[in-house]
Amino acid sequence: MMETKRPATGEMLQGTLDMLILRTLVMGKAHGHTIARVIENTSDDVLQVEQGSLYPALHRLEDRGWVNSSWGLSENNRKAKFYELTAAGGKQLVAERKRWQEVVAAIGRVLDQAAE
Amino acid sequence: MRMMNLKRFFSRPAVDAELAQELEAHLQHEVDDNLARGMNKDEAVRRARVKLGSVRRVRETVWEKNSMEWLETVLRDLRYSIRTLSRTPGFTVTAVLVMALGIGTNVGLFTVVRSVLLKPLPFREADRLIQLYEKSPNGAREYNYIAGGMYAAWKKAASSVEQMAIYGTDSINLSGTGGQLPEKIRYAECSWNLLPMLGVVPEVGRSFVEADDRREAAATVMLTHSLWVRRYASNREIVGQTILLNAKPYTVIGILPAWFEYPDTQTQLWAPIYHEQSSEMMQSVEMHNFFVVARLRPGATLAQALSQADTAEKQVHAAHPTPSTANGASARTLLDGVVHDAKATLYTLMGATSCVLLIACLNVANLLVARSASRRKETSVRAALGGSRWRLLREQLTESAVLATAGGGLGLLFAWLGTHWLVQARPEMARANAIHMDGIVLVFGVGVVAGCGLLAGLIPSLSFLRGPLLESLQDSSRAASAGHGRVRLRRALLAAEVGLTVMLLTCAGLLLKSYNHLRSTDLGCATQNVMTMRFALPHARYNTGVKVAAFYEQLLPRLRALPGVKAAGVVTTLPGQGYGGDSRFMLAEHPDFAGGVVQDAIVRGADPGYFSALQIPLLNGRFFEDHERLTDARSVIVSKSFARQYFGDDTPLGKHILIKDFASVPPEGFEVVGVVGDTLWALTEQDKAMMYFPLYSGGWTNASIGVRSDGDVTSLALPIQKVLGELDPDLPVSDVLTMDQSIGRSTMDASFTSSLVLAFAIIALMLAAVGLYGVLSYIVTQRTSEIGIRIALGAQRGAVLRLILSDGLQPAWLGLLFGLVGSGFAVQLIRTMLYGTRALDWVLFAEVGLVLSFVAAVACAIPAWKASRIDPMEALRTE
Repeated sequence: MMETKRPATGEMLQGTLDMLILRTLVMGKAHGHTIARVIENTSDDVLQVEQGSLYPALHRLEDRGWVNSSWGLSENNRKAKFYELTAAGGKQLVAERKRWQEVVAAIGRVLDQAAE
Repeated sequence: MRMMNLKRFFSRPAVDAELAQELEAHLQHEVDDNLARGMNKDEAVRRARVKLGSVRRVRETVWEKNSMEWLETVLRDLRYSIRTLSRTPGFTVTAVLVMALGIGTNVGLFTVVRSVLLKPLPFREADRLIQLYEKSPNGAREYNYIAGGMYAAWKKAASSVEQMAIYGTDSINLSGTGGQLPEKIRYAECSWNLLPMLGVVPEVGRSFVEADDRREAAATVMLTHSLWVRRYASNREIVGQTILLNAKPYTVIGILPAWFEYPDTQTQLWAPIYHEQSSEMMQSVEMHNFFVVARLRPGATLAQALSQADTAEKQVHAAHPTPSTANGASARTLLDGVVHDAKATLYTLMGATSCVLLIACLNVANLLVARSASRRKETSVRAALGGSRWRLLREQLTESAVLATAGGGLGLLFAWLGTHWLVQARPEMARANAIHMDGIVLVFGVGVVAGCGLLAGLIPSLSFLRGPLLESLQDSSRAASAGHGRVRLRRALLAAEVGLTVMLLTCAGLLLKSYNHLRSTDLGCATQNVMTMRFALPHARYNTGVKVAAFYEQLLPRLRALPGVKAAGVVTTLPGQGYGGDSRFMLAEHPDFAGGVVQDAIVRGADPGYFSALQIPLLNGRFFEDHERLTDARSVIVSKSFARQYFGDDTPLGKHILIKDFASVPPEGFEVVGVVGDTLWALTEQDKAMMYFPLYSGGWTNASIGVRSDGDVTSLALPIQKVLGELDPDLPVSDVLTMDQSIGRSTMDASFTSSLVLAFAIIALMLAAVGLYGVLSYIVTQRTSEIGIRIALGAQRGAVLRLILSDGLQPAWLGLLFGLVGSGFAVQLIRTMLYGTRALDWVLFAEVGLVLSFVAAVACAIPAWKASRIDPMEALRTE
């Protein structure tokens, strides 16, 4: 299978990856590999998540109290560390989403304006 | 936030282990996915690995995220230092011990200084408490006892004082009850308001009230906690019961709390003063027997209270212008009054321990310099590889900090043991019961440790804080001598050490000389093989002169009949055992002596055989005779200084003395029948005029026995007490000591101080000797090839020995010079503690110089001798 070279998530802003992880966890507990796969699949492989940025991000989210972690058995019957969203994390997601939309709108305005 | 950071920092390994597992799981999941996509095993794993990249990088990222840079560095430096130090155990143990010695002595002494001199007394609002004193009439004493009448005058006049109280101390016989022996104990009498004023609340029962403090009131007494525990087994029932003091019944009304040990630990009972003393005594302005404590009004100062008291004093003096009436007052805080005697001693000791600490630091610094010298190449290589001076300094400081902390920990243990020993050895020292280590002491200890660490670390670092670091890399390995700068530094340190040691040695020598002088002061009587003890005949049972005289007349023959007794005598106070008491008198034949002013001299009562028993020489006339008793006791024997002072070259025999303060005086006065040699009432005091009266006059109820024997006199203690017990079973004795022990007791302070300072001086000398040895060994090692060349070229071994020896002794001479100059100043500070020794004692200085030179020579001789034994072939071969 051919690998398409896509821009890696390492180029995304750090906060954006956090937001995507939080959004993924809204749908329930998941372990690191699942989260990465969901993001890749949902974005049609546009966004490639490197474990080099995924795991530091997960630890950062846990330090700030936006996710909780626990060890459990995955669907493949392997031991894996599952993460779930906390209430504070949910609030953080709403806030970040709002901010993202503001940024996108602002960038859009600049681009449209420049096109004139 | 900080706490979370620290927690994360220390849980890094655990987090990392978990993360490794997580990443492994992630890899496995990816492999599973690949397998599901149809790849074979190897391909699945390969692609998974490629996709996921470096596991190690992820772990490093997360690890670094949780790290704190500065803490990392500190821990790393610490680990490195400990590893380095444990590689040279000999050096480390020496350095730690030296530090422990210096730090321990200082912290220990600071504990004592803080507890005794700096901590406030445990009374309510103790900073407002002061003590007032009278200045003695002839100006001899600044802080003299107070007369009852003067106290009354002060009370009226001192408006800046909220409350005033008076107290005095004395001895009293506690009768035996319930199978317990009678005891002679110290007790205090006070005005009823003293205890409430100090804020002392009784543990059981009640305190005195004004109604108790009257002559006609019922006799009441309060027990101290220690007496209550010791004698009455903490039985609360004792309150309300009666005990017999001096054969008179007293009701116990209360027990004092355990912490109250004022004015000293020996005082065991308190009674109201106006009940105990006659109203005549309490109104007199001429008989000085008491102490006064006062509480200032809030806002009033000591100076105000003093000036008011002084004015009142002068008014009283103007109204009663007798020579026994004081003319001025003095005052100091209560704390000052309690600790004043210990101050000089403690500050001297503190000075000595500071010297020892400094020497210890210098020694450790010296040792560290030696080490850094041997690591010169290593230092240069590190500098060449990019290490900064700051980095090197930090490492050096860490090393010395580790040494200082280890030394400090051990030192604290020494200090704790030392203070405990001190309290055991000198329980009568002022406020000994208050000596505890508390927070301030720990802070001081930490400060000392930090200071030592810094000092011991900075000195060796001086060499690489300035100057080029890469120098040594350019040195040829055959350099004849190396590290000039370091050698100079070490010599300077040594000179300083030796100087301080010399100062300590001279002070110790002076104190020791002074103590020996004190100890060998001639009391004026026999001191070897003399047993002494004291007793007091209670007035209740010996209420007539006949009974009193009869007691002595029965006692003395029985004492002399005891086997082993060579001679026995009884006197009111033995030489060296205290002032005793004095009396005013006039010379009948010279009424105009000193302008008609009444004189005073020490009085004693002595039995006829006393003088020969204690071998006090008869210079003129005769001793008392047995028939001179009761009203027939009309004669007096005077001391040599009395005769000289009052009669000059004329013979005093046949003259008469009119005594002012006796109950019964023959109308024509007492006739002088003899002159005896002088005896000192205290070792440290001068001769004072003394008068002896016949003991059988029946007027003397306090007495001391002096028994002389040929052999061991301590075996006579029990037989003598038995004799007393036969005459009166309820008569307690106290102070059962040989004369030598009694002298020892009075010189204990001087002995203690001089021994301690001597111990410190010896420690300092040992440290200096070790330092000298170390430096010279190092120099010899550095100059091995040079010496080898000299010997190979024909130098005599003796010449080499002399060369090295003189080289090593140079800093010692320099230090000696500085030390002697410094001693000249230091001894001025301890001048007040010296008896009969001049401060600038050239002989002593010379002796110290000799001792130091000898020790230095021995310390340097060993490496010098080793140098002269160097085999030139070996020296030139080894690098």
